[in-house]
Parts: sequence; C-alpha cells; structure tokens
Amino acid sequence: MVTRARAVLKIPAIPVALSGAVKQALPIVLGYVPVGFAFGVLALKNGISPVNAVLMSVIVFAGSAQLIAVGLIGAGAAPLSVIATTFVVNLRHVLMAASLAPFLSSWRKRSLAWFGMQLTDETFAVHSVRFHRDERDRAETFGINAIAQLGWVGGSWLGVAASTVISDVRPLGLDYALPAMFIALVVAQVKDTTHVLVGLVAAVLSLTFLEVGVGQWNVILATVAGASLGTGVATWTRR
Amino acid sequence: MDQTLIFATIVGMALVTYIPRAVPLLALASRNLPPVVVRWLGYVPTAVLSAMLAPCLLLEDGAVNLGVDNLFLLAAIPTFLTAIFTRSFFGSVAMGMGLVALGRYLPIM
Repeated sequence: MVTRARAVLKIPAIPVALSGAVKQALPIVLGYVPVGFAFGVLALKNGISPVNAVLMSVIVFAGSAQLIAVGLIGAGAAPLSVIATTFVVNLRHVLMAASLAPFLSSWRKRSLAWFGMQLTDETFAVHSVRFHRDERDRAETFGINAIAQLGWVGGSWLGVAASTVISDVRPLGLDYALPAMFIALVVAQVKDTTHVLVGLVAAVLSLTFLEVGVGQWNVILATVAGASLGTGVATWTRR
Repeated sequence: MDQTLIFATIVGMALVTYIPRAVPLLALASRNLPPVVVRWLGYVPTAVLSAMLAPCLLLEDGAVNLGVDNLFLLAAIPTFLTAIFTRSFFGSVAMGMGLVALGRYLPIM
C-alpha cells in the first residue's frame, strides 16, 4: 500500500534515502558533537582563529588528527611537522578505504572521489557494517556522510562559540567521547572469535609499538600485524 | 603562528588527509582482489579500531596504567557491556561519558 501510494504520488527516492540516512547517522552525530565541541574549545585556546578552526573541520574532517594538530600548533610546532604528523596519523585510512573499495565497484570515479572526502573512522565503521549487509545505496551513503560531517562542523562551531565560557572540557567527560565511540564501533565489528583475537592482538601490539617508540606509526603497524594474524588463523582453521 | 600560516597548514593537512582516503578507493574499486586479500581486509576494521582504542584506555601520561585508579579503563567495562548487550551506539557513548564525568566528581578518583 505504502509503496503504491509512493509510486502514485511520485515521491522521489532522495527523501526516502534521507530518512534512512538520518537514522544511521544519528549515533555518529551524537558522538561527533561533543568531540567537535572539545576541538573548537581547544583550537581557540591554542591561538587558532574561529574561521580557521571551523575551516579545519570542513576541509580536513579528521577528529583525532585535528586534536593532535591543535596541540602541536599551540606548542609552536613548525607547519611542516604538523602536516607530516597529520599524514602519519591519517595513513590508517588507506587500510579502511582499501577494505571498502571492493564493495564500490559499480561506482563512478567522481562518486568514489567524493566518498573519500568524508571517510572517517566513524563513517567507515558504519559503512563497513552496511556494505556487508548489501546496503550500498549511493544517496543513503552520501546522506550519512553529509549528516555526520554537519554534526562535526556544527560541534566545532559550538565549541568555538563557547570557548570563552568553558575553561576545561574534562569535568563534562567530553574527553571520553572518542574512546567510548571506539568501544561501540569495535563491538559492532566483531563477528566471531577470530575477530576477538585480532582485536586483542592489535590492542597489545599498538601499546607495545608505542612503548618502543615508533610514535604515531603504532596504529598502522598493529593493524597490519593483527589483520595478517587473523587471515593466517582463518586460513589455517578452515583447511 | 599567525593566522595566514595556520591557514596554509590546514590546507596542507587537508591534502595529506584526503590522498590516503581517496587513492585506495579509486585504485582498487574496479579490480577483483584475490580472496586472501579480501579476507585480510575484512579484519582491518577490528584491528584498526582496537589499535586506536587501547592507548586511549590504558595510557596515562605516557605510561600503561592497569590499576583501578585509571578512570578511562574502569569506565570502559560498563561501556563495553552496554555496547555488547544493547548494541546501542548512543547508549554506549552516553554511558562512557557519564561515568567519566561522575568519576571526576567522586573524591576517590
């Protein structure tokens, strides 16, 4: 009945995709607003202008890298070292993009290029669950990304606006938004015991690599090692 | 740093962030990858999220702290349970942030 009414009334597919996108993007937005808020506050406290702070959220759109960059800029680091650090911190997205690519073989280059603009840890986690369920609608995918980024930019803007009132983000627990989001995202990824093993090994290795002093490379190295171990175990047990 | 230099830094950050995100999509989407590579890529989400999460929870001022005085680690237990049993993204984030905020008001922390 509903489908027929829709066909008769010629309701375009976009609003339908949008309502699905809102539902799936909402958790990301609820995680992004507080972290973006913390970023906005910290950016201004480290001598970044309101325009530059919001601009960073629009064109960089990378939570942890932005927070690290703000600290570096505040500490007087050279622009090149800020850019180099950002590169290393965000290099993990190579692996995320590669793992989503096989699902998007029917997409045009232009769509892929745009999808890459908004590929963050959180949008990645949501899409990797969706794509595995065969939900690959382009309008819905871009809708989720756009709403997520709106939340990130909006949160940053709120933080910028409130930075004169807020002296410390810690009493509100805002600094735990990111870890809590990672917890929820990793739990959603676990499909079997091999995933649990991969997660534990990657966690331990990440810490170990940090302790031996590889700097920001820890995430990439631990991911490569963890995924390789998982592949080895899965290949061996299926034989 | 003056604001023009910060602006230039932000543009550079945008470039080095975009390239690693876009190149694998453009290069790999139209290719058929070997099954072992696809399987490997399937473990990437779990591995990368765990590798990012562990230092957030366990490091305090650069040193591993497994004690009960590590508020982030302590709050992670109910947050994990919330995520596992409710599968609610928002519920988990709210639980984690609420517990950390609460923990900071209690004198024991």
